[in-house]
Amino acid sequence: MSDINHSTILHVDMDAFYASVSIRENPKLKGKPVVVGAGARGVVLSANYQARKYGIKAAMPVGRARRLAPNAIFVSPDHEKYSEVSDSVMAIFRNYTPYVEPLSLDEAFLDVTGVKKLFGSGIEIAQKIRAEIFATEQITCSVGIAHNKFIAKLASGHCKPDGLLEIKPEQMLQFLHPLPVSAIWGVGPATEEQLTRLGLRTVFDIANTPVNTLIRALGDAAGNSLYELSWGRDFREVTIDEPDKSISAAETFSSDLEDSEEILRELLRLTEKATSRMRARALMANTISIKVRFADFKTISKSKTVDLPISGTQECYLVAKKLYESLKLDRARIRLVGIALENLIDQSESVEQLTLGQRPVGWRQAEAAIDDVSEKFGQGSVRPARLLND
Amino acid sequence: MKFEVERDLLVDAVNWVSRSLSNRPISTALLGIIIEADKSLHFSASDLESSTKTEIPGSVQQPGKVLVPGRLLAEISRSLPNKPISFTLDGTRVNVVSGKSKFTLPILPINEYPNLPNMPTTTGEINSGVFANAINQVAVAAGKDDSLPTLTGVYIEINENQITLAATDRYRLAVKKLDWKAKNPNFKTHTLLRARTLSEAAKFLELNQQLNISLADENSNEKLIGFTLPKKSLISRVLDGSFPPFQHLLPNSFSSEATVEISVFLDAVRRVALVTDKTVPLRLNFTNNSIQLEAGTGDEAQASESIDINYKGEAINIAFNPTYLTDGLNALGTKFAHIGFTGANKPAILTGLDKPDASTTDTYKYLLMPMRYSA
Repeated sequence: MSDINHSTILHVDMDAFYASVSIRENPKLKGKPVVVGAGARGVVLSANYQARKYGIKAAMPVGRARRLAPNAIFVSPDHEKYSEVSDSVMAIFRNYTPYVEPLSLDEAFLDVTGVKKLFGSGIEIAQKIRAEIFATEQITCSVGIAHNKFIAKLASGHCKPDGLLEIKPEQMLQFLHPLPVSAIWGVGPATEEQLTRLGLRTVFDIANTPVNTLIRALGDAAGNSLYELSWGRDFREVTIDEPDKSISAAETFSSDLEDSEEILRELLRLTEKATSRMRARALMANTISIKVRFADFKTISKSKTVDLPISGTQECYLVAKKLYESLKLDRARIRLVGIALENLIDQSESVEQLTLGQRPVGWRQAEAAIDDVSEKFGQGSVRPARLLND
Repeated sequence: MKFEVERDLLVDAVNWVSRSLSNRPISTALLGIIIEADKSLHFSASDLESSTKTEIPGSVQQPGKVLVPGRLLAEISRSLPNKPISFTLDGTRVNVVSGKSKFTLPILPINEYPNLPNMPTTTGEINSGVFANAINQVAVAAGKDDSLPTLTGVYIEINENQITLAATDRYRLAVKKLDWKAKNPNFKTHTLLRARTLSEAAKFLELNQQLNISLADENSNEKLIGFTLPKKSLISRVLDGSFPPFQHLLPNSFSSEATVEISVFLDAVRRVALVTDKTVPLRLNFTNNSIQLEAGTGDEAQASESIDINYKGEAINIAFNPTYLTDGLNALGTKFAHIGFTGANKPAILTGLDKPDASTTDTYKYLLMPMRYSA
């Protein structure tokens, strides 16, 4: 990338992705406020624009969303369907450029700098992609076009839903500076509060604050990066094929649990779910972490990095169990537990440290067989005996 | 209580007993070191799992017994210059004076101190330096993961006039055999003791002293093992659980064998392993009279080196965790190593040789499991 200002970056973001896919699958929902969220005690994963009018936002507890919009329709997520649609959308992107950096199932950065001769300007490519996604998947998306990732993402956020917005380098400051500080990447509520205390409310305020003041307030890295971004300077490239950083599974209980036997059983079930997903993608984890949310919403997590990468349900469960036991919870009321497999590497890169007296056929082979059966007869057709009552 | 003591003797005594001080004791009394002055000075401490005692000479003007804060006493004695130090009990405090330095320590409630176990009767004796060396050779293979407690221990088996020590973390196994003088010639027993306790004690065992080992025989319920030097003692609770059987893992014959000069091999391993982190395998290709060492793959940093060896048998390609290999080579304590192979995914056995053409002995064996690349 010779000159960053001549790059053309697209940020494509599906509009209310989960909700849109669920509505498409069930046309009766069309035109009604729809919220995707699991269980009475889960959180909102997605809400369509009709539902958002009531103030419903992602990550809000489902209970609160119900109070805000009693007439809204609440549906359970269909993760399998979502990843299927996501795969199809990502494949459309890759028809235009190999430089596709998925950020999640429903958004990605595309670097189309080198393919404009083939497919036209950034706007033309964006229009083609939008039309193609709508034609194949009947869902809409919004596309931001700019010379870097930061501005492209801001632009897509501004033209939602079903929109398209290009910010040219010469229009950038005009667009960027009036925005609130929270528009900048990495500015969460805590940083926002710190900045407000300094009297900084807009991006313009930050851009006109000496960088040393920002560094004093936020530390070296955050201060510098905030200042650079406030002038729209973002030199990160679109990186392709970034492997998933983690695979996780979590469960909010229908009522708070305090019996550690029950919680461990749940942890085993989640471990099985997460590890089979990991094995299906031929990955192994170097780090296992668990998350526990208490009845008062206080959340703690704990992680352990193992000597050698692991992928087996039993291997991972043993680590998770030890982590849970090390919390020494004495009948605390627990709302949610979760497990995350992190620091993932490709199975082919992994080596196994053999153990003395190791049986040539052990858990690893048993679990590979379970994965094969599950693929044929469905998840859960073979499961640990402890989970048989589920 | 009032006495005077040489600084170096005090430091040695306090260091010996303070290894039994726990960081998070169940009672405040266990934070203390007991000092008892009669004809000589006695120091003791315990964390209920292990307890240590020692006796040193001192000039006692007034006998007595106090419990003083242990960590503080250790730090003070280490920081004082090499001059006589006087201890005087003054009501509820102890004054510690050396030259112009003066410390006042509060005393802890000695009546709350738990009763320490008595030393079991002596089972036999061994040269302390020989035993310390054996511990160091074996403890290197012990597990460090407290969630697998039996593997954090060193297995001690006594069979008449032979002691066998063994430790394993499942990836390697170290086994040492040594002679000792058993009091009762028909004595047989085995036990398991935390490797950390033994290694700590080994640091004090370097002199050629007589070390008495005391442990109850197989059929008794006593869960204690004791070590006694002329002026020092350690009693420790043994670990619960049984050590995995290992004799059947030691192979009788090899498919190929190498003889290597240890310092040359270690230097090469150290250099080649620079490009990896500690869990990335070091690949070794043993062929006719050379080893080719390689590490790193693909786009990462890579290194290779080859060294001359004596080799007989089929060529073998094998990969090891470099740390485990280095640990084993260092533990041999000889100039040459004999490496016996039983197959590419089977253990390799390291034994020490003083001369390249000497025949191998079976007093110390280090079994090392290779690493396997996923299919």
